[in-house]
Parts: sequence; structure tokens; C-alpha cells
Amino acid sequence: MSASATTASAASHKGPILRALSRFVMNHVAVTGLVILLIILLAVLTYPLWWTYSPNQIDLRALNKGPGASHWFGTDGVGRDILARLMQGGRISLLVAVISVAISMAIGFLVGAVSSFGGRIVDGTVMRLVDLAMTLPPVIFLLVLASIAGTGILPTILVISLLSWPVLSRMVRARLLELRERDFVIAARGMGAGMAHLLFRHGLPNCIDILVVYATLQVANAILLEAGLSFLGLGIPPPEASWGNMLNAARSTIVIEQYAWQWMFPGAALVITVLAINFVGDGLRDAFDPRSDLQ
Amino acid sequence: MVEPLLSVRGLTKHFTPTSFSRGPVVRALENVSFDVARGEVVGLVGESGSGKTTVGRSVLRLIEPTTGEVRFNGIDLTKLSVAEMRRQRKHMQYIFQDPFASLSPRMTIGQILTEGLHIQRIGTREEREHRAKAALEAVDLPADAFDRYAHEFSGGQRQRVGIARALALEPQLIVADEPVSALDVSIQAQIINLLRSLQMRLGLTMLFISHDLAVVEYICDTVIVLYLGRIMEVAPSEALYADPRHPYTRALLSAIPDPDPAKSRTRQILKGDIPSPANPPSGCVFRTRCPYAVDRCAAVVPPLEEVSPGHFKACIRHEVSG
Repeated sequence: MSASATTASAASHKGPILRALSRFVMNHVAVTGLVILLIILLAVLTYPLWWTYSPNQIDLRALNKGPGASHWFGTDGVGRDILARLMQGGRISLLVAVISVAISMAIGFLVGAVSSFGGRIVDGTVMRLVDLAMTLPPVIFLLVLASIAGTGILPTILVISLLSWPVLSRMVRARLLELRERDFVIAARGMGAGMAHLLFRHGLPNCIDILVVYATLQVANAILLEAGLSFLGLGIPPPEASWGNMLNAARSTIVIEQYAWQWMFPGAALVITVLAINFVGDGLRDAFDPRSDLQ
Repeated sequence: MVEPLLSVRGLTKHFTPTSFSRGPVVRALENVSFDVARGEVVGLVGESGSGKTTVGRSVLRLIEPTTGEVRFNGIDLTKLSVAEMRRQRKHMQYIFQDPFASLSPRMTIGQILTEGLHIQRIGTREEREHRAKAALEAVDLPADAFDRYAHEFSGGQRQRVGIARALALEPQLIVADEPVSALDVSIQAQIINLLRSLQMRLGLTMLFISHDLAVVEYICDTVIVLYLGRIMEVAPSEALYADPRHPYTRALLSAIPDPDPAKSRTRQILKGDIPSPANPPSGCVFRTRCPYAVDRCAAVVPPLEEVSPGHFKACIRHEVSG
């Protein structure tokens, strides 16, 4: 017995999460996405150190100026530097996305957990409420919520996080319902485990794949939602920059036709970031899939 | 007489359909009573669907029994509150059938073995690790298994981990639910020998669930034969194997393969399957497959009667069953 245990290869002497990560590293598209994402993050976080203009600094000699040596990405109608606003907007957009996803993940996990461990009646009630939340048309729900909550960073985070948890709670519930009947969870119950132990020692680690994948894909979604809200004037109000309200500010026909840099750069930043995050999310999903070990 | 460690009286479990799914009530257990003395190994045998696992899990309240009493050290477990039951759980442990499902894939063996001690708040971190390592040693696993994950081990090794997990809490009662039926035959012998030596060394009290009569004969002091959630026969192992009284037990015993091909014997082959517990036959549940069944068998539920000291059977056909 001991002989076969010690001959187990060193490569397999890793936990399930490490094995998933090593599969992730093998996925070139996902790694490319991660690298792009890291570059964007680094640029957004450090721009005051290497860029001379600040996002709300007005340069009256350079209104609607195209990309050039002093303003790399050009300026907007009131002479603000597009690159500086793009970086600041990236901060806001990513901040809103990450925080709202963290909140909706916590809500989604807890609702799913209560539903799956709370017994038949609680489960039924909670899931009907989730049904209700899911049947609301998202755009209208968003607009109503946003008009109640108002504009600004906090209300935008609130609105986005309230919109996106139901799907996650469904996935968590399904996973935990299955988990509840697994022998090792029954063993833990047999040793006297309470709800908290079951949820956090068994439930959470076994939902980590769902949560990570959901988080990455939902961050992309939240960036788009934030942009959409800001574009409609219900998200981040000017003069604070966000990718959404930069697009909103650039939507007149003249700007679209003649000052293309004012919408092209925030649009491109949005597309590249969302794509990169989606690649990472897809890569993580494949990496956490237990069947991928067989290939 | 000394009080038995475990005393089960009138244990009944009916699975009722939920309000969303329609279906009949499944009568998994009907009025099951038995005792397990301290240090005794009681075997629970029967074919698939006879309710063996339901008995094992109901005893530990992993399934809530519908009615009945489960006295453990004189305490009726079925009456305890959830919190009181949780405290009692350190005295009773379960060994699972499938070693691939019973260990969490996300925990190291060390975490798995100390989990119970952690839940019951027994000892400091070092003491818990010490006890877990002692349990590993008791089941003949190398100490370096402590930091490994379950997927690095074979089925037999995993089953050893499962046994070590049960032992780590130093329970008074172990319910072993077919601990070897998912393993290769060669590994089965190892695990059975391990369980037997642990049982003798530590004086464990065990409820041993199995459909393998040869294994049960080897390891158990007393055997309970279960059919469709009812007890057919209870006897000390030697008595049961030497002189089975119930037609069902006889049929089961005649199905044990014999390694000697020259030996001729009459085999009693049961026809058909075990009836559905959702719609059990009236009277004696075994009558639909019993070669000796008469009309009266459909009318009365046979009581469990003592035929010789410690030997009980539930059959009204005394002229054939003796």
C-alpha cells in the first residue's frame, strides 16, 4: 500500500485548484486575454505617474484636436485630454464593475445557500422570488431602479449588483442541492457539522469554479451595463469620466463624423477589455471542468 | 442483563412524496427492532432495496425516522434537539460504501481526518493532528498521506482513509455501510481483515451492513436478515449459518458460491425481484417469492418469534421452517 502511495507522481501532488490553474496556463487565448487585461489594469492604475494631463484639465488652445504629439489620443469639445479621461474612465468603470460583481456574488451565493439548505418551503419561496426577479425585463428594471437610486458611483454599483445575482443564485443552489446528498457532506453532518461548517468548508470550496467563472464573465457584463447606464445619462454623471459617459458625450453627428477619436478610443477600450475578460472567463471555465483532465 | 449500547425499537421509515411530486408512500422500514451490545458486531444483510442503508442512516439520524425509538446509551436519539444530537454524534460514526464519493476532493487527507475533531471542538490543533496521524497509522497508511489529496489514492487506500476518519473521533458505535462492496476482491480481504483487527483491538461496536453473506459470517457476532424493510430472522452468526430457520435466509445462504465444485448441493433459487416497497404484499412480505407460502401467509403479519435462545424468525410456517 505505502509503495503505491509514494510512487504517485509529483505532478499530481497538487490540490484541485492548482491543477485547474495549470490547465489555465496551457490555454493560449485565455493567457493572452489575461496579459491584455493586466496591461490595461496597470495603465489605468498608474496613469497619473506617466501622463502629464489630468482628466478634467481644460486646454483651451486644443479644442477637438486630433491625436498628436502632445495629446496622444486627441482632446474633446472642451479641450480635455482623451487619454487622461480614458484612463480615469477605466478606473471608474472597472471599480463599478468589480464592486458590483462582488456584491452580487455575495447576494447570489447566500440566496442560493439559503434556498438549498433551508428546506422545501424556504426553497420554494426563495426560488419563486428569484423567478420574479428574472422575469423583469432587465433594461426597464434597470432604468426604473436607476431613476429611483439616482446617478453617481454608489447608486450605479447598487443598481448593477441588484440586477445580476439571480442567475448566480440558481447555479449555486443547483450545485449545493447536489452537494448536500454527496457522501462526504453526509459524513460531515454525521460528525455533527452545523450549517456554517457545511456552507463554508464544503459549499464554498465546491462552488469556487462557478463563482470564479461567473465573476469574470459578469465583470465584463457589468462594464457594459455601466456604459449603457452612463450612456443613457443614468450612470456616472459628468464631469466624472467613465467609458459610458465618454461615449454619451460623443454621440452628436458632428463628433461621430469629424472627431472620431472622441468615441473610437473609449469604444475600443470597452471592446478590448470586455473581450479580454471573456477570454479569461472562458479559459477558467474550461480549466475548472473536471472532464478536461481526460483530454 | 447489561444495557445494550444501541437499542432500536419499532423503527419505521416512510418516504412520503413532496407536495410537488405525486407518488405513493414508500414504506422503506416497518417496525424494525434490534439490540447491539457493547463490543458486538451486528450484521445487517438483505438484497438490494431491503432497507439496510435506511436502517444504518436512521440509527444515526442521517435520515429522520418516521416513528420508533433509537436508544443509544439509554438516550433516545430521535427525541433529541438538533444541537443535542450534534453533541452525541462524536460517539457514532459512519463508514461509507463508495470511497470515491465519501472523501471531499477539495480537502487534504489531514483536513478530512481532523474535520470531525474540529467540528466537535476536541483538542488543540496539534492534538487533532496527532490523533489524525494515529488514525492513519491504525489503518496502515503512510504518514505522508496527511498532506495529500484523496485523488492521489486508490480505492482501497481511500476506504482506509474513510475508516480512519471514523476512528479519529474514537466513537463508541460505527455503522459500516457495505464498506467493501465497491472494492476489488483482493482489496476487500485487506479491508475486512483491517476492520476485524481494529474491532478486536479497540473493542469497537459495529453495525455492519452488507449483502455479502460470506463477509458477514466472518466478521459478525449476530446477523439480522432484512427483507423489504422488515426483519425476517435474527440469530447469532453460527446458529444462522448452521441452521437457518426462515425460508428467505435459506434461499440467501444457498446462493453463496462454494469453492468446491465437486460438492453437490441443492440450490434454492428465488424467482422474480423484491416487491416494490411502495406497494408491499399483505401479511408476510416474502410470501410472493416463498416456495412454502400458503393462503394464511397473506392474512397475518408474522411476528418475530424466538425459536431457540437468541434466535428469532418471522415465519408462521413452523412445519417447514422448524
